[in-house]
Amino acid sequence: MQPADLPQAKVSIQDLSLQYADGTESLRGISFDIPANQITVLFGPAGGGKSTLLRCLNRLNDLTEVKKLDGKILIEGENILDPKTDVIALRRRVGMVFARPVVLPFSIRSNLTYGLELAGERRKSRLTEAVERSLSQAALWEEVKDRLDDPAIALSGGQQQRLCLARVLALQPAIILLDEPTSGLDPISTGKVEASLQELKKTYTVVLVPHSVQQAARTADFAAFFLQGELVEYAHGEEAFTNPKDQRTEDYVTGRFG
Amino acid sequence: MKRFFSIDRDIVQRLGFSFLTIMAVVTVVPIISVVIYIIVQGGPAVSWEFISAMPHDGMRAGGILPAIIGTIYLTIGTAVFSVPLGIAAAIYLSEYAPDNRLTQLIRVAIINLAGIPSVVYGLFGLGLFVLFLKFGTSILAASLTLSIMTLPVIISASEEALRSVPQPFRTVSISLGGTRWQTIRRIVLPEALPGILTGVILGLERAAGETAPILFTGAAFFLPRLPGSVFDATMALPYHLFVISTQVPEMPIQIQYGTALVLIVFVLGMNIIATVVRSRARAKRQW
Ligand SMILES: Nc1ncnc2c1ncn2[C@@H]1O[C@H](COP(=O)(O)OP(=O)(O)O)[C@@H](O)[C@H]1O
Ligand SMILES: [Mg+2]
Repeated sequence: MQPADLPQAKVSIQDLSLQYADGTESLRGISFDIPANQITVLFGPAGGGKSTLLRCLNRLNDLTEVKKLDGKILIEGENILDPKTDVIALRRRVGMVFARPVVLPFSIRSNLTYGLELAGERRKSRLTEAVERSLSQAALWEEVKDRLDDPAIALSGGQQQRLCLARVLALQPAIILLDEPTSGLDPISTGKVEASLQELKKTYTVVLVPHSVQQAARTADFAAFFLQGELVEYAHGEEAFTNPKDQRTEDYVTGRFG
Repeated sequence: MKRFFSIDRDIVQRLGFSFLTIMAVVTVVPIISVVIYIIVQGGPAVSWEFISAMPHDGMRAGGILPAIIGTIYLTIGTAVFSVPLGIAAAIYLSEYAPDNRLTQLIRVAIINLAGIPSVVYGLFGLGLFVLFLKFGTSILAASLTLSIMTLPVIISASEEALRSVPQPFRTVSISLGGTRWQTIRRIVLPEALPGILTGVILGLERAAGETAPILFTGAAFFLPRLPGSVFDATMALPYHLFVISTQVPEMPIQIQYGTALVLIVFVLGMNIIATVVRSRARAKRQW
């Protein structure tokens, strides 16, 4: 169940099932490919397993107690669920932006260099370059370039979320995961984030969990509809929202459904 | 009817408020009176000679230098053992330990250890460090005994401080490719430091002021010279105060209160340092 003309896959998810320690089956036999340099949107009602899937993609689910995890996630052919995977390297390659912006208790600059410094980067020129590049990519450079050493917490909510995006971009990952990144933002900040994503997909593979169907429709190149741990439909963006094949998808996108 | 009720309630409220104010004042009065009384009684005895000279004439004259130095040694000795160990234990409990029965048991044990009377620690130190490990009555044995007494305070306070660091900081750090240790060292520890420091100083303060734990393990009645190594016994302020107040006949009372004053200044001084360090740490982080 995959669009026939899907561009080259960056990530291939194969029969992925996940059950949390309390018995909740949050993913049931999920299989689909995420194409490179596209925005793939995972949408559907709360509890569908979207966040769970994102957290599998960079093994952040290692922090949670999981009873059962089956299947494969191939990133450029390598199964990242393999216990031998270098998760640190994986997380540098697969960055994540969370729903609530969490800036670290440092300056704006240190927030951006944090990941690189952890990776052992000490060259000043590289760090400075990364700060400017990532802030520009996240459409924040103009607003903060004169106060890079101010505490990041002093930024507005919208700026903080763009800083979180920039912090991920500073590491130059291959894949960017965003879990409802604009759920707490005003429409203007939301617009800026969405505009950045359109730019970013030229270089990165973007996986977005939108906070609304409208946002899903606005941003999706490809869209996967999740319902109670199952992948119901996976299609081209326009198709999923204008001409869904599955009744449940249609009910959801037309608002006839929680 | 309604009006009467509201007046009633108003009166009750005012009465309650006055009562609480009085209670608050009542608790402060004894503390302040003790401090003032000691300053008035002991102040005249405190001079440069008093804090810099050896005692003579059966401790009835001269200074209390060896007791001051001894308490400093014991506090440092206690810090050397209890601070690294206590913080390490707190990091383990807060950041690494699985949330299981064993961990809960350890926590309960630590809380209960904090409640054990200090003389019991003294006896334990006598058995383990002085006799079994053959450290003798020494600064080493006394410091170790005080460390064991201090550890629960440091562990509990530090664990509390570490736990109050928001969880999302850790998740974000891990998601940016941080290891657990990098996350702890760069984010969790710096954030928790003010709280940890408070715990450390509270613990050390208690150690500096205790008599019972050092009574059998390292305190000397009188020594003609300063201790030369960690295997020597030492005089110490709280024990010295006990000695000159009960064991030496015809002791001038100003010397007793002077010694008490020095001890209080020592302990309160640590408190002030803790407060300053904490507010500095806050100011530097700007949030
Ligand atoms: N840590 C967890 N432990 C147990 N159940 C969880 C945990 N996280 C999520 N779940 C459950 O898994 C299901 C999917 O959740 P989630 O992936 O957050 O869905 P979505 O992001 O689509 O709203 C929900 O039923 C949720 O309650
Ligand atoms: Mg979610």
